[in-house]
Amino acid sequence: MKDLIKSLRYTFLALVASLLVGALIIVITDIDALKTGDFGKAFSTVFAAYRNLFEGSFWGLRSISNTITATTPLLLSGLAVSVAFKAGLFNIGATGQMLAGGMVALWVGFVMTGPGWLQIPLALIAGAIGGALFGGIAGVLKARTGAHEVITTIMLNSIAGLMVLWLLATKTFQREGRPDPISKLIADEAHLPRIFGFMDGRSDLSAHFGFFVAILMTYLYWYLLKRTTLGFELRATGLNSEAAKYAGMKTKSLVVYAMLFAGGFAGLAGATEVLGTYGYASGSFAGDIGFDAIAVSLLGRSTPIGTLVSAVLFGALQAGGRSMQANTNVGVDLITVLRALIVMFVAAPLLVKAMFRVKSQVSAQEQTFRGWGG
Amino acid sequence: MVSSEQKKRARNIGYGYIGLAVITLSVFSRRPGNASFKLTEGGFLLTLPARQFAFIFGIVFIGLGAAQLLRGLGKVSNIVLALAMAMFVMSFLSWATSGESFSLVGMLQDTVSRSVPITLGALAGILCERSGVINIAIEGMLLAGAFTGAVGASLTNLWIGTLVAMLTGVFLAWILAIFSIRYRVDQVIVGFAINFFALGITSFLTFRVLATNPDYNYLVPVMPISLPLLSKIPFIGQILFVQTIFVYFSFVSVALLTWALYRTRWGLRTRAAGEYPKAAGTLGVDVIKLRYRNLMAAGAIAGIGGAWWPIGTVGRFDQNITGGRGFIALAAVIFGRWHPVGAFSGALVFALAEAVRLKIGNFDTGIPSEFLQMAPYLVTLIVVAGFIGASRAPKAAGQPYDEQ
Repeated sequence: MKDLIKSLRYTFLALVASLLVGALIIVITDIDALKTGDFGKAFSTVFAAYRNLFEGSFWGLRSISNTITATTPLLLSGLAVSVAFKAGLFNIGATGQMLAGGMVALWVGFVMTGPGWLQIPLALIAGAIGGALFGGIAGVLKARTGAHEVITTIMLNSIAGLMVLWLLATKTFQREGRPDPISKLIADEAHLPRIFGFMDGRSDLSAHFGFFVAILMTYLYWYLLKRTTLGFELRATGLNSEAAKYAGMKTKSLVVYAMLFAGGFAGLAGATEVLGTYGYASGSFAGDIGFDAIAVSLLGRSTPIGTLVSAVLFGALQAGGRSMQANTNVGVDLITVLRALIVMFVAAPLLVKAMFRVKSQVSAQEQTFRGWGG
Repeated sequence: MVSSEQKKRARNIGYGYIGLAVITLSVFSRRPGNASFKLTEGGFLLTLPARQFAFIFGIVFIGLGAAQLLRGLGKVSNIVLALAMAMFVMSFLSWATSGESFSLVGMLQDTVSRSVPITLGALAGILCERSGVINIAIEGMLLAGAFTGAVGASLTNLWIGTLVAMLTGVFLAWILAIFSIRYRVDQVIVGFAINFFALGITSFLTFRVLATNPDYNYLVPVMPISLPLLSKIPFIGQILFVQTIFVYFSFVSVALLTWALYRTRWGLRTRAAGEYPKAAGTLGVDVIKLRYRNLMAAGAIAGIGGAWWPIGTVGRFDQNITGGRGFIALAAVIFGRWHPVGAFSGALVFALAEAVRLKIGNFDTGIPSEFLQMAPYLVTLIVVAGFIGASRAPKAAGQPYDEQ
């Protein structure tokens, strides 16, 4: 607990440092201000931008709902990267796994008819299985042939993307009367219930139960790591594969298990996006989430709680960033810069401490990823 | 001595040939008609009957597979493998284009050109990782280089633009170095943060600055240069020696880095720092300084690789113009087992995949174009899984170094 408070404090300081650098970037890129020398206006832009960033992420029910919606896929796919990191694997393939899981869930979502209490769990489980099997491909290839997961997951991302485009143009998936690759709508019963659905007439509150699925999975991830033999063995493999092997662990099967879990988490990310956020699938429903997920996991040091906290932070920034772009002339891409700075500052406590003159011991950091393995 | 690992590999390759034979005979022989390949810019046509061609190659593949499975091809097996892959691609193309004509030379020229950023990115990766620092930030260096290269070249000239791109790469590499060497931050984290930073800042500036100042992002890219004599070699000359200066730079870099890594004192020290920095340090090599220098050099190379987009091809910068090529470069590093020539061949394979993908959409083969576009990625998967297998990274890559 003490560690948690300490690390949250550093995260907060890192956040402040990032916002300061971000403000600097806003000011020095204000070409008009540079030409006219009107820096007062530039500073008021910074103020307006950050006010929108905050209000758009936490101020009021609608903002909180937007933050939850943005957090859900980031958390699930963040877990997908984290569990792989724990086992010493670098999973760049969350995007492909999301696509695979999302498409399977989508299919269950509109093919089946039945009550929601049956259909939703089935669709989610189907999505998890779809993602897991797709992620498992990289695991099996690594275990059986040694093919490096960085290469295989990148290739599998491209393959999944093209596969989705093809599927969305088939009769089974394509919406009637549409020329572009876009799927049919899922059945109403298959929609994930909205969290704030009990409030009448607030259709702008988009947060859905996928968030609870994500929280549940975070707990599952924690349980896996801390309470099961499999989790222990995964961590041992990640720390020192050779030692784990000599201790009698089947490191090759562990690689496959890790990728199955990773794919399962990412598959759920895809499934909750399709069943909760969109209600259909387009060619790009996975977006850049698989890429952002790597940053989420790195920021959270692959721990369950760390991944959760950083996913919420990234989700909040995303929700706030949209509001910032809509209301000021500062683009949403500033969010990506802020995220990078946060990751950097959190990773370098020495630097943040120097900036804020905090005096305390810095404990040695555990490494996320021990080399390329081999 | 033949290890069991090698035997397994030889067997896999054997099965691979049989697989190629099956595909060639069952799929590629289905379409009658001739495929016309333009072999020169002038329009010299090579006309191949697709069906007969597929039969011949299928039989050759069966023979190769049998030879590989029965007695192994020994030392020449890699060369034979490369030739066989080339034959397979040819029969794939002649199947896809049968009944139409198609500029083979144009596609291969395009391949070589597209390999530039991947090659240079991969060389940057090799330089870092051979000296013991993981470089995930290739993507960020390429992207930032592309951006500053475009702006620099628009405001001044192409040379200065390239120089600015190079310096941008050096700057990002310096950040990677400071954080990972001095502050001993996890190298993957810093690298990834750099990627994010580069993506964010270039996108942000594209909309905030370039969108309102179009003259900051407008330039005329370099023209291809025909090398005297070399470009006169039939077929090959067109592909390799009628290219932009970026392509020649990448050729020279590959050769130079290979020579330097394996034939110079610097190379020996670099490899020592990447494999066993303690031993190198004990023998008097300044590992820290070496890593700093190599990282900055890598940044310079990657920055020039980034400048390829605005200055070498399209003449402008667009948001996320690199589109993940930095990660492909990373894959090329692993594909080539941390050897410059290997990484270069990996880059060519990935670039060929891209060139084929762009070309293939135009052909009507009866198979959905998505699957044809998928083929290069599937082939890469099969090649990596079946033939390349596990590759061994420099031992110390990713580990911070203590000077004690």
